Amino acid sequence: MSESRIVDARGLSCPQPVLETRKVLKDLTGGRVEILVDTVTSRENVARFGRSQKWNVAIDEFEGGYKVILTK
Amino acid sequence: MKSLNSLLMSRIGPIITGGVVGLLAALLVHWGNPGNMGICVACFTRDIAGALGLHRAGVVQYIRPEIAGFILGSFISALAYREYVPRSGSSPVIRFFLGMFAMIGALVFLGCPWRAYLRLAGGDWNAIAGIAGLVAGIGIGIVFLWKGFSLGRSYESAKPSGLFMPIAAVALLVLLIMAPTFGPEGSGPIFFSEKGPGAAHAPLMVALAVGLIVGWMAQRSRFCTVGAIRDLIMLRDAHLFNGVLAFIVVAFVANIALGQFHPGFEGQPVAHSNALWNFMGMVVSGLAFTLAGGCPGRQFIMSGEGDGDAAVFVLGMLVGAAFSHNFNLASSPGGTGAFGPSSVIVGFIFCLAVGFMMRERLD
Repeated sequence: MSESRIVDARGLSCPQPVLETRKVLKDLTGGRVEILVDTVTSRENVARFGRSQKWNVAIDEFEGGYKVILTK
Repeated sequence: MKSLNSLLMSRIGPIITGGVVGLLAALLVHWGNPGNMGICVACFTRDIAGALGLHRAGVVQYIRPEIAGFILGSFISALAYREYVPRSGSSPVIRFFLGMFAMIGALVFLGCPWRAYLRLAGGDWNAIAGIAGLVAGIGIGIVFLWKGFSLGRSYESAKPSGLFMPIAAVALLVLLIMAPTFGPEGSGPIFFSEKGPGAAHAPLMVALAVGLIVGWMAQRSRFCTVGAIRDLIMLRDAHLFNGVLAFIVVAFVANIALGQFHPGFEGQPVAHSNALWNFMGMVVSGLAFTLAGGCPGRQFIMSGEGDGDAAVFVLGMLVGAAFSHNFNLASSPGGTGAFGPSSVIVGFIFCLAVGFMMRERLD
């Protein structure tokens, strides 16, 4: 399995967390991408986008934010 | 309660919210708000600026309890669901001016995106030019977003820092109820219109209750009248757009049922029929809202969640409203204000400059 890519989208306004995610997913056919966000809204938006691109979505909570884990 | 919450957070959350808000907006007109102005975030903020004496346009002065309700409903909801997270630091001064010019553009059109849709749902066809302008403005904003536009990151701040907007909302309600007069000769500082749109309002408790419901629902579902179009065009995601469709359709049906649907261009309530400046006003508004990350309603909702940058945008709107009337920028049913068109051009240049200059490399 290839190493995971990490996108730090904490503190960004809508829709930038999704755009940053999109930028990374565009070049990938599979693997693991972790997106760090700091609001529930961004977490949902990124997760919804991941699902729409047919990636599996898991969520991890950490101090001060969430990690949206996309795998395919 | 739990199932209602999961419903509001689901894909159909914005649809439910849009439908309920559309119905309540039509009812607010029935209960006393101005025509096609059941909810207008820009107009209501302008009325509050007037009531506080920041501008002296006598016909548009009233402390709209709906606005206080938006902030408090969102605040209570954010607290209840552990989403109250005070944060700030993403180019607040730029956001202030974006709020100011968004308001100036909205008052040239005579309505924010919420009211643009409500005007359409009430048969005011002048709204079509405004909505076309809104879409164009959002489209320009999207180009900047594709090119890497960013106002930078915000950072979590101390818990009490998010309390100021909810406290300000309570203070507004106190001022509305007490209506203190300690200005010279017993006038002001709180002014209430005796005629015109400012004098037309639903009963206080009804308007406040609607504001709280809308604030709560919009906080849970992330209802956003600008994000709706942005996400549809940019990401082919109709999640929020369906909410706006529900908002328009339900308001339209309710307006027909209540006898409030009057199709036409001329003689529409609190509207003018200058298509060019209806369009251009909303281009600037749509662009400013897109650069700031959300429509005016959403900015109020986020300010209730503790977002200090959204709060600064809202304060920019308040000041923009005052400038609009003091500098003769705002339109009236008679047409555009003397300096309305030039202010829109200045606002457009400002937004373009912000769009071109503000980039942030994240990697």
